[in-house]
Amino acid sequence: MVDWQIDLIKVVFIWVWALLIAVVMTWVERRASAMMQDRLGPNRAGPFGLFQPLADGIKLFTKEDIIPEKARKILFVLGPPLFALPAFSAYAVVPFGDKIVLGGKEIILQVSDVNIGFLYVLALGAIGVYGMVIGGWASNSKYSILGGLRATAQLISYEVPMGLALLTIVLLYGTFSLREMVLLQQGTFLGFLPNWGIFKQPLGFIIFLVAAYAEANRVPFDLPECESELVTGYHTEYGSMRLGLYLFGEYVNLGTLAAITVSLFFGGWALPYVDMSKFLGPVAYGIASFTVFFLKQAFFLFLFVWVRWTVPRFRYDQLMGLGWKALIPLGLVNLFVTALLVQLTI
Amino acid sequence: MSLAERIKDCLGADLIEITEFRGDVCVEIPKNRVIEAMTALKEKAGFDFLSDVFGVDNIDLYAAKAKKAKKKKKGEDEEEEPKKEGPPPPRFEVIYLLLSLKTNQRLQVKVRVPEDDLDVPSVTGIWKAATWPEREAFDMYGFKFKGHPNLRRLLMWDEFKDHPLRKDYPLEGKGEERHLNYDTV
Amino acid sequence: MAKEIETVCITTGPAEVGDYVALNIGPIHPAMHGTLRVITRTDGETIISAEPEIGYLHRGVEKLGENLTYKQFLPLTDRLNYCSAICNNVAYELAVEKALGIEVPKKAQLIRTIMMELARIADHQVLVGILGVDLGALTPFFYLIIQREEIYEVFEWHHGARLTNSMGAIGGVEAELPDRFHQKWPKMRDTIRKANDETDKLLTHNRIWMDRTIGVNAFCADDALNWGFTGPMLRACGVKRDLRKDEPYLMYDQFDFEIPTGKHGDVFDRYMIRMLEMEESIKIIDQAYAMYQDMPDDAPLMKKVPKIIKPPEGQIYHAIESPNGELGFFIKSDGTDKPYRIKIRPPCYMVYQAFGELVQGEMISDLIACLSSINVIAGELDR
Repeated sequence: MVDWQIDLIKVVFIWVWALLIAVVMTWVERRASAMMQDRLGPNRAGPFGLFQPLADGIKLFTKEDIIPEKARKILFVLGPPLFALPAFSAYAVVPFGDKIVLGGKEIILQVSDVNIGFLYVLALGAIGVYGMVIGGWASNSKYSILGGLRATAQLISYEVPMGLALLTIVLLYGTFSLREMVLLQQGTFLGFLPNWGIFKQPLGFIIFLVAAYAEANRVPFDLPECESELVTGYHTEYGSMRLGLYLFGEYVNLGTLAAITVSLFFGGWALPYVDMSKFLGPVAYGIASFTVFFLKQAFFLFLFVWVRWTVPRFRYDQLMGLGWKALIPLGLVNLFVTALLVQLTI
Repeated sequence: MSLAERIKDCLGADLIEITEFRGDVCVEIPKNRVIEAMTALKEKAGFDFLSDVFGVDNIDLYAAKAKKAKKKKKGEDEEEEPKKEGPPPPRFEVIYLLLSLKTNQRLQVKVRVPEDDLDVPSVTGIWKAATWPEREAFDMYGFKFKGHPNLRRLLMWDEFKDHPLRKDYPLEGKGEERHLNYDTV
Repeated sequence: MAKEIETVCITTGPAEVGDYVALNIGPIHPAMHGTLRVITRTDGETIISAEPEIGYLHRGVEKLGENLTYKQFLPLTDRLNYCSAICNNVAYELAVEKALGIEVPKKAQLIRTIMMELARIADHQVLVGILGVDLGALTPFFYLIIQREEIYEVFEWHHGARLTNSMGAIGGVEAELPDRFHQKWPKMRDTIRKANDETDKLLTHNRIWMDRTIGVNAFCADDALNWGFTGPMLRACGVKRDLRKDEPYLMYDQFDFEIPTGKHGDVFDRYMIRMLEMEESIKIIDQAYAMYQDMPDDAPLMKKVPKIIKPPEGQIYHAIESPNGELGFFIKSDGTDKPYRIKIRPPCYMVYQAFGELVQGEMISDLIACLSSINVIAGELDR
């Protein structure tokens, strides 16, 4: 097996895996919300309603594709893929697990370990904003415009606290690459706490999590697409597969953010206190690390769903106030304190 | 002082008649003195809350009374002189429902409006609560309230021509349709 | 909250309607409660002027009333405030009974009270749930709606219909409280309280909820009285008026309950008043139920009224305290079996006319919150 063939297989596998996570997330969202609301949720299509996402996909695929007459046609068509594709592409740098040995070759379970790591993710997130704004503007409808404007302001504002939180992580670990950060989170510190990012950077974790909710457009930050005010905002005029791209792109985004959180703050693919490579064979170790990473990612995905169905949403000016007046000062303070501590302990 | 005396005191010459039925007092005032009488009722008699404003079309009532009187006359002796036909009584009424917040007493105020002179002074200057009820009375009966800030149709669409709650408008309507203009807001 | 909230009397003046963006929040919209339309002119997110337009659900109920007999009009009153149809029925029956000059027997009054208070709880449950949904908190709605189903079950046992009840008749009530109610009520009051409790825990002290509702649409009492507000909207502004205490009807002067009153007239006050009123309604039902159980089994339920109801000539007005405010019926009778003029005084009509003034200067999100908290029901508004 030549290297590029292995990489191709990895790319295809990760692509399918990302899609699968997004698809299953729709099911999880509906069943988990039903559980919280004292009702059943979809349970007709297949066992436990597991074929519901399949049914939804078929429905979206076979619906008529309508482009409003006064919409800007090229931009209208360009919006959804511009939103969904960066979300998929961000999966390329996520470290899904440690090495696995197949057929004598040692394969790293990560599509590409670039040394700019999460800067790449941030950059792609920024391109995703374009997708929303272009979709909202090209629809030529007032509700969509309002949704698109809100999306722009919200997402750009919350990229700053996210960047600040991530800067402190860089200060801590001295590297941008996601794989190296996971490797540096092994072992313990202070004797008993695992060397995870959350224990070393609690404030940074909170800032990052809040900013992640905002970047993912989830309640309480889902103003660009809130139903009760803007009739679903920037994707009001979309139907059929274009809407499918927006909706699945959103879930893929969620998966990316959950994966990044796990890699930076929760030790990635490693179990705390236990080094699995010591007692598992190479193949089993690869699979085990992949599973551990997936379980942690699943917990954060569930956390997204959990918060969505519990709290109401912000008003627009309160949201901007939270980002600019609360999170950014906190992020700056965190940065300075971390820099001081890092300087003092080295 | 009882309610009737208080009202007589406050309205003075504006009062035309007071009636009472099952505990509800109804007061009639002339059409051209609506604003003065209402202000007096609000400030002097303490009726400071306006509950509702609406119209009544009395034409069927008068027609039924006239029919009954004719039937009665037919049954009686022919000795009585036929009464002179006076001018027809005013067709419409505007009724205001007032409430006194301190004493929790209610009052109905009636204003007779003839069919050929539908101008009624508007009380929106005294109570803003009359804004929509007067619009609806205009919509349903055709009263023109002088001094109303925004006298347009409320429940029927703007281009509708008739006044539906009048007794001569049929229950099934006359088959009007509404044609929407999608380019304007 | 340490912030002082200023309630300013907003005086109306013509809003500048130059070239701002006109946003039509149309008759078909996920947040519109029924078919309402608001034409707003916005500057970005701030509302410069908002004009409500109604009439999409106008069915000519008053004109129909002039062509139907008194008994035939009763089902039409269901469709006014369809969230609590019993209150409309009882209001109409009381008005006609006032015109006839009769008073119904005590047992019927107690049954009417119990049913009306259950309908009040149901209406408030819908309102609090929908307020949550419009502001993004989608879960409390389900907790409250499940309890509403229990109330529907009681209605169905008693008179056969869940939503459009047409309960009772002119002269009393047709049936006693169903047997199953006696087992159900002790459990139901606990589950209703529990659902309210859970909603309270999720919403009242939630920072986001408080930010969205405290200080939003604050309205002062003088303006409210001038505009003709009644009911929870007026009580939220600080005026302690409730027709059950001020002009008691049925047997409300014999029950012991409180009137929750707010201070600032904002969305939070309106929400809290409704949560507290649900609790007071449970208290009233408890007292009425206790009195009902003391009554002999063969106490009469209906007063003898003639088959064809012909009130004597004259006009009366009678109002009750519906969950939304003062719901009044003006009936002018000419001695025949059909009313000459029926006028319905809907409570949310008077509130909704002040909508432009309520939301001026606020943001679009606040407009939605305001609309939800007023409890505008299109059936009542347009008749």
